Amino acid sequence: MGPIRKPAGTAAETPSATVEAVWRIESARLIATLSRLTGDVGLAEDMAQDALVAALEGWPRTGVPDNPSAWLITTARNRGIDRIRRDKVLREKYEKVASEMELSGPEPGPEQVAFDEDRIGDDVLTLIFTACHPELSAESQVALTLKTLAGLSTEEIARAFLVSKATISQRIVRAKRTLAESEIRFEPPAPEEMGERLGTVLGVVYLIFNEGYSATAGEDWMRTELSAEALRLGRILAGLAPAEPEAHGLVALMEIQASRFPARIGPDGEPVLLMDQDRARWDRLLIRRGLERLELAGELGGSGPYFLQASIAACHARASAPEQTDWDQIVGFYDALLALRDTPVARLNRAVAVSMAGDPGRALAIVDDLAGDRRMEGYHLLPSVRGDLLEKLGRGEEAAAEFARAASLTGNEQERKVLEGRALRASKGFSS
Amino acid sequence: MRCMVIVKATEDSENGVMPSEKDLSEMGVRLDYEGDEVKVIDGPFAETKELIAGYWIWEVKNIEEAIEWAKRVPFNHGESTEIRPFIEPDEFGEELTPELRERGAALEAKIAEQRND
Repeated sequence: MGPIRKPAGTAAETPSATVEAVWRIESARLIATLSRLTGDVGLAEDMAQDALVAALEGWPRTGVPDNPSAWLITTARNRGIDRIRRDKVLREKYEKVASEMELSGPEPGPEQVAFDEDRIGDDVLTLIFTACHPELSAESQVALTLKTLAGLSTEEIARAFLVSKATISQRIVRAKRTLAESEIRFEPPAPEEMGERLGTVLGVVYLIFNEGYSATAGEDWMRTELSAEALRLGRILAGLAPAEPEAHGLVALMEIQASRFPARIGPDGEPVLLMDQDRARWDRLLIRRGLERLELAGELGGSGPYFLQASIAACHARASAPEQTDWDQIVGFYDALLALRDTPVARLNRAVAVSMAGDPGRALAIVDDLAGDRRMEGYHLLPSVRGDLLEKLGRGEEAAAEFARAASLTGNEQERKVLEGRALRASKGFSS
Repeated sequence: MRCMVIVKATEDSENGVMPSEKDLSEMGVRLDYEGDEVKVIDGPFAETKELIAGYWIWEVKNIEEAIEWAKRVPFNHGESTEIRPFIEPDEFGEELTPELRERGAALEAKIAEQRND
């Protein structure tokens, strides 16, 4: 961040940076309101983009309007009306549906349209549910959510996921087409499907967080900006659905995990594992917020998978040194998690906790059971954990072979180096 | 980035439910650091603008975003706020030795422990 230019008597701001900041704050509300007015998220997003382009072109000349959000929504609406009038197919469609967009009559003057403060929360929540609609593929859900709710540009999303801009554009176009073709209306889920739909939304947010938390490809071990966006989305969601313990559970989980970011990367960019991290580097502010949020989730009757994962993360956050970790409690939370959803990854994690609680032999038996599970094929953490257990049991040669196998399976360059190092040390009989 | 948004005291903020300026001044204590010496100075202090009525800590993408949010604060009686980027331990770089870092963390842990009692 450079120094801020301060012309005499004016606020310290440059128009394009201000457009960007206003966009970041207002775009979700803008697209949500336009979606309600048009009943069409795809069209609403196009209209909002038109207004963004107009702001980027206009504000540097005219200065930032007094009420930038009202300016954006009025401009978007007027350009939308132009679009509908010009396009025959759109026009016919809008003449059929009882739309709240008035197509005839005078256009509202500048900054005359405002957000409906009573409805805006519901509109944004509906937008989240629509962007994460189960009809859409996971990739499309992620792209549409980042585009419409986080206010990221196609280019920013592409950079974050290390794919081309065209790929992301395509996912968004496909998502909009699916919404249109399946005639998915812009409306909140029915009460009876609320639980499942909320689960999908939370899944999308956590997927975004994890992509930043443990980059699956490329040279960077973490892309924290993506995690920060997920955290912001999670907080918005929990604010809009304050009675949902799992929404708070997910935010708590992300806050506690994010608190370790400063400690997760060594001086040469290599990953530092949880037990080796310098806990003085953990972000205390995030831990405190995460623990408070977890308590709230508990008071709301939290017992779901995010609540349990956050409870496990909290056990680590509360331990000021690795040896103070309450591993028995962690094993208990994994048992509860497995009772909800028995996945091989959760079993593997439980095995690690069992080993840390003092029983690497029993842990190895759990891991060996998993080795035959086809879902674990090609999953580098299985041989990595197995190597760790074998090393603890003094079986260095076997451990080295497992670490080498794990190294060959990971797609992350930094992680591969760490695993190769462990293989070398295990074969020489040094335990790490 | 994190920033601290400082809300400056005004005559108004000292009226109503808030403590009066006099109370606030008299409650106030300032610490000045010079070499090994720490000077503790009791209020009252010269001007209300130098007093802080309250503060927030915000997590934002950049200073521009903080400015935009600050514009949305519903103040309209001559209040003023000030935005200061938050300096995080890691920004001190090598100056913050592991020993100092350790001491800071130990202090924070102790404070947290006493809060939980």
